[in-house]
Amino acid sequence: MPWVPRGLRDGIITTRYPGRPDSYGGDFRAAIDVIANPVSTNGRATHDLDIERMCPTGAITVEAGDLRVDRGRCIVCGRCVAERPELFAFNPDIEVAALERATLVVPTRDCDVDDGTLEQARADLAARVRALRRSVHIRHVDAGSDGGEEWEIAALTNPVYDVQRLGVFFTASPRHADLLLVTGAGTVGMAGPLRRTWEAMPAPKIVIAAGSDAITGGLIHPSYPTGGGVGGLLPVDVWVPGSPPSPLSLLHAILVGVGLLAPRGSP
Amino acid sequence: MTSFAATGEAVHPDELAVGVAAAIEAGGRFAGLVAAGGADGSTRLRALTASDGSLQIFDASLAAGADHYRAVTPAVPGAFWYEREIHDLFGLIADGHPRLDPLVFPLAAHSDCRARPGRPDGPGHLDHDATALAGHVEGEGVFTIPYGPVRSGVFESVEYLVETFGEDIPQLRVRPYLKHRGIARRFGGLDPADGVLLAERVEGTMSVAHAVAFCQAVETLAGVQAPPAADLVRVVHAELERVAHHLDSMIRHCEGAGQAVAYARLTWHKERVMRLRATLCGHRFGRGAVVLGGVAAPPLISPEEVREALGRLEADISRDLRSLMTTPSFLDRLRAAGVVSPAVAAAYSARGPVGRGSGAGVDVRGERPYGGYRQLGFAPVGDRETGDAQARQWVRVDEITGSWRLIRQALDELSGHRGGPWRTPISVAGLDGTGVGWSESPQGELIYVVDMADGRLVNVKPLTASFHNFALFPRAFNGDIFTDFVFIEASFGVNMAGVAG
Repeated sequence: MPWVPRGLRDGIITTRYPGRPDSYGGDFRAAIDVIANPVSTNGRATHDLDIERMCPTGAITVEAGDLRVDRGRCIVCGRCVAERPELFAFNPDIEVAALERATLVVPTRDCDVDDGTLEQARADLAARVRALRRSVHIRHVDAGSDGGEEWEIAALTNPVYDVQRLGVFFTASPRHADLLLVTGAGTVGMAGPLRRTWEAMPAPKIVIAAGSDAITGGLIHPSYPTGGGVGGLLPVDVWVPGSPPSPLSLLHAILVGVGLLAPRGSP
Repeated sequence: MTSFAATGEAVHPDELAVGVAAAIEAGGRFAGLVAAGGADGSTRLRALTASDGSLQIFDASLAAGADHYRAVTPAVPGAFWYEREIHDLFGLIADGHPRLDPLVFPLAAHSDCRARPGRPDGPGHLDHDATALAGHVEGEGVFTIPYGPVRSGVFESVEYLVETFGEDIPQLRVRPYLKHRGIARRFGGLDPADGVLLAERVEGTMSVAHAVAFCQAVETLAGVQAPPAADLVRVVHAELERVAHHLDSMIRHCEGAGQAVAYARLTWHKERVMRLRATLCGHRFGRGAVVLGGVAAPPLISPEEVREALGRLEADISRDLRSLMTTPSFLDRLRAAGVVSPAVAAAYSARGPVGRGSGAGVDVRGERPYGGYRQLGFAPVGDRETGDAQARQWVRVDEITGSWRLIRQALDELSGHRGGPWRTPISVAGLDGTGVGWSESPQGELIYVVDMADGRLVNVKPLTASFHNFALFPRAFNGDIFTDFVFIEASFGVNMAGVAG
């Protein structure tokens, strides 16, 4: 058997995440950050509009001088970073998942999300899913993805991420599933099968909208057969942006879903 | 360079079939059928054929209210799915088509042409009419098993209707409509720079191939060429994408055959390829790397560093693939599974590894060289003749070897282009007309037909290898049994989003 010495020679290749940070995070662009507010020089109105129009998915807003990016819309194309590097920057932090849709709009504002509500949401979810912490079974459903999300989800079972070590398993039957991982912009064709899959799952159940397409439809919506994300089809517990989200971002989202990790910036 | 609109030959809609059949008779092959709705209710129908290193376009117009034309499929079997898709999205009725059933968007057969969703002024939101789907089967003891759309494992959504009387699969129907996203119409009205981003998401696992084909269509129309250095960087990204895609197909075979060790090794290698891609451009799928007129940036690490990273990766992958392809318990599952005979592959002008596994190999990197492949020279892999899953996997193994060679060549050349330039300025303002671009995606030839008016995209149609090849999928079941299914599907290697549109 030629395989055995090869495996031994290569040693342990599995990430230590979440026990320890994974150094790989720094290599790619997980999200966009706002690093400064625009300074108006020749009339704020046109100036601000230019910044907003730059974004292909309308993720950038400028209200009363405050520049913000909706990561749920953002497809991390990086155009804003290329054109206005003084305002925008890539953020390599893979922990992008959120429990409240509103907190995907960065920088977050106190009036949009108050810490009490966030803490309550987290406590409610944690109480609901207490039984799933040691072992969670995942059912994935594609509701109109481009296929990229499926690659990143499937990557979770490779030896680098090896999610089985954390008690995370993929399951064939929704009757056996605790967590529904949904990708895609929410096509009319998949609305029914998605709903039936969710209904077939026993309580307690967790729903993760995986990818910016699943959150808002990304660049695919508006289009006649999509509904602009899956939030209108199911009660979503965890939102993980990205086009597509990387395997580490997905893993973080799953662990947030079962209450083992907290989303970034939570109280 | 001139746009391809000039080479289009105007024909009467009823003469389309005759024209395409004659071109094929003369040694060409069918390359796709594109419909586009005009603002006045008219429909433009274009058929593409490839021969002698060029593309021909047959251009037919149907006036508003005219919705019949003579079907192409009876003379050209490869048009079977194209005419069904066009019927769904534009309401055109191909007279003489053997089975004009819904494919990508089921609607009642005689619903108003204007209410069809493919037209630019079509409905903003539309639901299916599932009653339009054919449900019955005929034959003694035959019953239908719907398989999907939510299947065991992490798969894209698709429903297969398996008609069987037990174990054999005599008949199979594919229903990709569940994840139809209305992609072609979504391009309409976009700025071409946004069009590149959407092209990257038509088949998200083949983003680079799509970006390259789309950009070349617009570049041709604008009369500009990407600088040589940018073309070489495009080759590096595209070939790494091919390696990742072929590994993915192989991984799915290992999963199906229960080859746990090979599965673990190959998934690790694929992860390393994805990480290398991210190291080169910041994105694991190479999105954002290709832009109009060139590339966004040179590789973020030096050619020497890339070559070093490549070295061990190539050695590990080659060794493991060699071991896998000599493991009898693995090959037993692939051998004679899903045979596409050379005659059928040729009749459907099958693309990529599916075509090359059945002796009908066409690789546009060699047939109509584009971009960096013109500089590097390209040696196509030898065809395999047996047409089974094993032949398709051998083609993929050979292509991976070819990809390493191309990447190394491109890196060598790049050493002489350290300063770029990486981008040719391109002005799309006021751009009018039709541009055609292509690339060899991991699954085969990919063509973009791009119509622009006044600097904006009007009609854009990606003709994907996934869609083109998958029409053949039901033909691959000849005495195959249920447990062969996973191998036949994985050896086609399609991206379902590219099938559904």
